[in-house]
Amino acid sequence: MGSEIDRRDFLKLAGIGGLGVVFGSALPGVTRAAAQDDFYFIQMSDSHWGFEGPPNPDAKGTLRKAVAAVNSLEQQPDFIVFTGDLTHTTDNPMERRKRLSEFKDIASDLKAKTVRFMPGEHDASLDNGKAFKEFFGSTYYTFDHKGVHFIAVDNVSDPRASIGEQQLAWLAADLAQQKTDAPIVVLTHRPLFDLYPQWDWATRDGAKAVNLLLPYKNVVVFYGHIHQEHHHMTGHIAHHAAKGLMFPLPAAGSQPNRTPLPWDPAEPYKGLGFRSVDADKRAGYKLSEFPVSKKV
Amino acid sequence: MSYRETSYRVAYAAMILIIASLGTYMVAESATPKERIIKITTKRFDYSPAEVTVKKGVPVVLELTGKDVMMGFNLPDFGVRADIVPGKITRLRLVPDKTGTFIFLCDIFCGIGHEEMNGKLTVVD
Repeated sequence: MGSEIDRRDFLKLAGIGGLGVVFGSALPGVTRAAAQDDFYFIQMSDSHWGFEGPPNPDAKGTLRKAVAAVNSLEQQPDFIVFTGDLTHTTDNPMERRKRLSEFKDIASDLKAKTVRFMPGEHDASLDNGKAFKEFFGSTYYTFDHKGVHFIAVDNVSDPRASIGEQQLAWLAADLAQQKTDAPIVVLTHRPLFDLYPQWDWATRDGAKAVNLLLPYKNVVVFYGHIHQEHHHMTGHIAHHAAKGLMFPLPAAGSQPNRTPLPWDPAEPYKGLGFRSVDADKRAGYKLSEFPVSKKV
Repeated sequence: MSYRETSYRVAYAAMILIIASLGTYMVAESATPKERIIKITTKRFDYSPAEVTVKKGVPVVLELTGKDVMMGFNLPDFGVRADIVPGKITRLRLVPDKTGTFIFLCDIFCGIGHEEMNGKLTVVD
């Protein structure tokens, strides 16, 4: 990944939600135009560091390639967020910490000054987030950036895939401080809606979080977990799933089991990638998808 | 009417009532299919049996027991789930109202094989 990847936008669909969302893919062309308060961030997800197996013969190289790809972007993002499953699960607490440490070390090569982390069930469900917190701090938090309120929701530290009443109360209290037209971005790992509970693609009390968010006009949710791009609306709230960085998963219900899609030697890294999200005060959010490797 | 005659009439009426109630009970019993009990045992990371066939409309009680760690049993297509606590029997009642093959899965993250821990419930006519 020696040369730079240009920031290239191709508008495919526009006008979803209060602020509006457009989708894009990495195609030749346009440079980002930025007003003073406009910004963009990168969503990376499901790197599953520690995984080994035929679905990815380059398991030890893919995350590094993704880091290099982000670093080669012409314009660096204001920040990067990892939406969970940083590591692949292990029953061994020492191995879990080793994987988290190695992951953190690789992620430290990102040029962007601010990188935020969230847990997935592979990182946190077997110890209620204990090891994750040792490396990355709280599993749920908020921050504000250029007028946008970000809320990171933890729906994985409880192995039952619940947010829990305590965190929901925290969420309600935080939202109470926001105006109903405030731009709000929710970051989480599992889908907050029942995408496909037959494959555990759901959050048990996700509907409670969505109900808390519904009174707010400008809410967008970014999540991971399902290792593929997916877009869904609950009322006026758009939910966008990101591709993974280790192996792609099949579309919901498209095969008997949720086993990873096989590696395609003719198209290595197919189905893997990361996305940029442009926040534009007037036009809303613009999503662009990037591959891990330019060879795809 | 003598006291004895009154007593006979009361006893007769009571007997009629009992017989009528019993008849109603027996009709109700025969109209409601008897519950079928199916035992399912879990251990990391399997259900045993992992494939279960039941009849539509026949009530089923799943008796769930776990051998090692806390597991879940979730049958999303029927909106039922339960925690499976090691060493305890959890009973989950279900009246299958549609035919087909439906996935059940563990919905409590239980370890490295969690994502492969599932089974199938087939409902036939």
